[in-house]
Amino acid sequence: MNYKIENIKQIIVTKPLKLDCGKTIKDFSIAYETFGKLNEKKNNAILVFHALTGDQFVTGSNPITNKEGWWSNAVGSGKAMDTDKYFIICANVLGGCMGSFGPKDINKANGEPYGLKFPVITIQDMVKAQESLLDYFKIKKLLSVLGGSMGGMQLLQFCALYPDKAFSAVPIASTSSHNAQQIALNELARQAIMADPLWNKGNYYKEEKIPKNGLAVARMVGHITYMSDKGLQERFGRKLQEKKDYEFTFDADFQIESYLRHQGSLFVERFDANSYLYISRAMDYFDLSKQFKNGLVEAFQNHKTRFLIISFSSDWLYPTRNSKDIVIALNASGANVAFAEIKTDKGHDAFLVDEPEFLKTIKGFLDSNFEIFKNEK
Amino acid sequence: MKNEFKIIANLLPDQSRVLDVGCGDGTLMEFLIKQKNIDVRGIELEEDKVKQCISKGLPVIEGNAEIELGQFPDKAFDFVVLSQTLQAFYRPENVLDQLLRIGKKVIISIPNFGYWQVRASLLFFGKMPITKSLPNTWYNTPNLHMCSIKDFYQFCEKKKIKMDRIIGINDEKISSINRANLGMKNLLSEVGIFLIS
Repeated sequence: MNYKIENIKQIIVTKPLKLDCGKTIKDFSIAYETFGKLNEKKNNAILVFHALTGDQFVTGSNPITNKEGWWSNAVGSGKAMDTDKYFIICANVLGGCMGSFGPKDINKANGEPYGLKFPVITIQDMVKAQESLLDYFKIKKLLSVLGGSMGGMQLLQFCALYPDKAFSAVPIASTSSHNAQQIALNELARQAIMADPLWNKGNYYKEEKIPKNGLAVARMVGHITYMSDKGLQERFGRKLQEKKDYEFTFDADFQIESYLRHQGSLFVERFDANSYLYISRAMDYFDLSKQFKNGLVEAFQNHKTRFLIISFSSDWLYPTRNSKDIVIALNASGANVAFAEIKTDKGHDAFLVDEPEFLKTIKGFLDSNFEIFKNEK
Repeated sequence: MKNEFKIIANLLPDQSRVLDVGCGDGTLMEFLIKQKNIDVRGIELEEDKVKQCISKGLPVIEGNAEIELGQFPDKAFDFVVLSQTLQAFYRPENVLDQLLRIGKKVIISIPNFGYWQVRASLLFFGKMPITKSLPNTWYNTPNLHMCSIKDFYQFCEKKKIKMDRIIGINDEKISSINRANLGMKNLLSEVGIFLIS
């Protein structure tokens, strides 16, 4: 979680931003990273929105974790989002912990980290904060906005707020409104964090005794929801972890247990527990239809943006049904919309892993839309 | 592009709003966008074809028309096109009602079961016909509700659907069908195209 700030690019947003909770913030930082080159006409820019635990380091080596960026399978030279051709921008979300204004930042008023004094933020707040990047790069209209999961929620919000700023949009494995099951799973993760005595009502920064155990459990919950039943069974089944038989203890006998523990322990090294609370809360509050009198249909009325909605057949966290609701609303509002359900056993995680059919579809969509966008007057 | 698509394209005015139901690999859609600046949407059942369409930048949604048409508002399109698919639905009458609800006008083409080759196959050989427009064997055909041009004509009359134009296709030959020549055209046309509202 500790990192050198020189590895991180930031803009300071000076314009006051009135948050949905009523508070106003200004002079706050938004951290970002870019990949590829912005062309002269500035018509090859793609804004990627990251998911709950993602960050701005989409591809290449993440300088903080020294691991591959979270969307390295899709973004890079010659890949679906080809960095030889396109200029990819990604920002760390407001409330995050990779250099954007978040709960671990120091409150200048009292010299203490914000902790739970950080205002509760929404997806809309995140999107408004990131929009400043378009001004910064002087981009009038993006070729596309893309994102999976919470990234998809942000881009739907982006398109609803700024109908003329994206030529195309690709929400992947996402939803326009968090449902009871999705809220319940987020609550489970939050309760795990808050039940850790070291969490200390969010006040744990000074002693560096962070609620690792709680945050690790939160991550484990997440990981289970990102995989499908079949995917889990094929990968782990009842395989034992480096042992021949049960040990009749509560140690990790099964590979799946060991895997979850490992994922949990990796996660606490790079993620702030309070950020997890804030960002997951923002997801729960997300209900795009609530922002419009006539519901979701009105959100996209008279929009020119060309949408591609993608879902994965084995994703039970954000199932096809959620994507279909977006498609139905877009069709009802007369928008330009394509939709495909990718058949896969990889569950919600399918958008992150190497899923050829998915990557091919994205590539075809982006390349053909770039041709149309280039020729647009 | 096949003759049938050319005829359908000719029936569609430039810049109109069109839904292509069962759009396949998007051949007709591409033509309509490029040649006639038509604002076109598509629905396709087969995943591979949907992905082909998306890769071409065509707005196609994956789904079964029998379920998906309900999401479109009344008269959302100037024209709805359904090419040689009506007979493959479980409930073709419901689908037709939906098409007429969401489209101001509907263009439907049907493989004609009254075509002489079809009749001959049954009459002389006692076998289910296999022709250019009916290429499948009886055990793997998607077609559930075959009809002839005459059947569909009478069906429209019964349902008080207005038939604005009927066109018969036999190879490269195209002819206009009306009440007077219905019997003959039903025998000589391989495919019938109905513009209805």
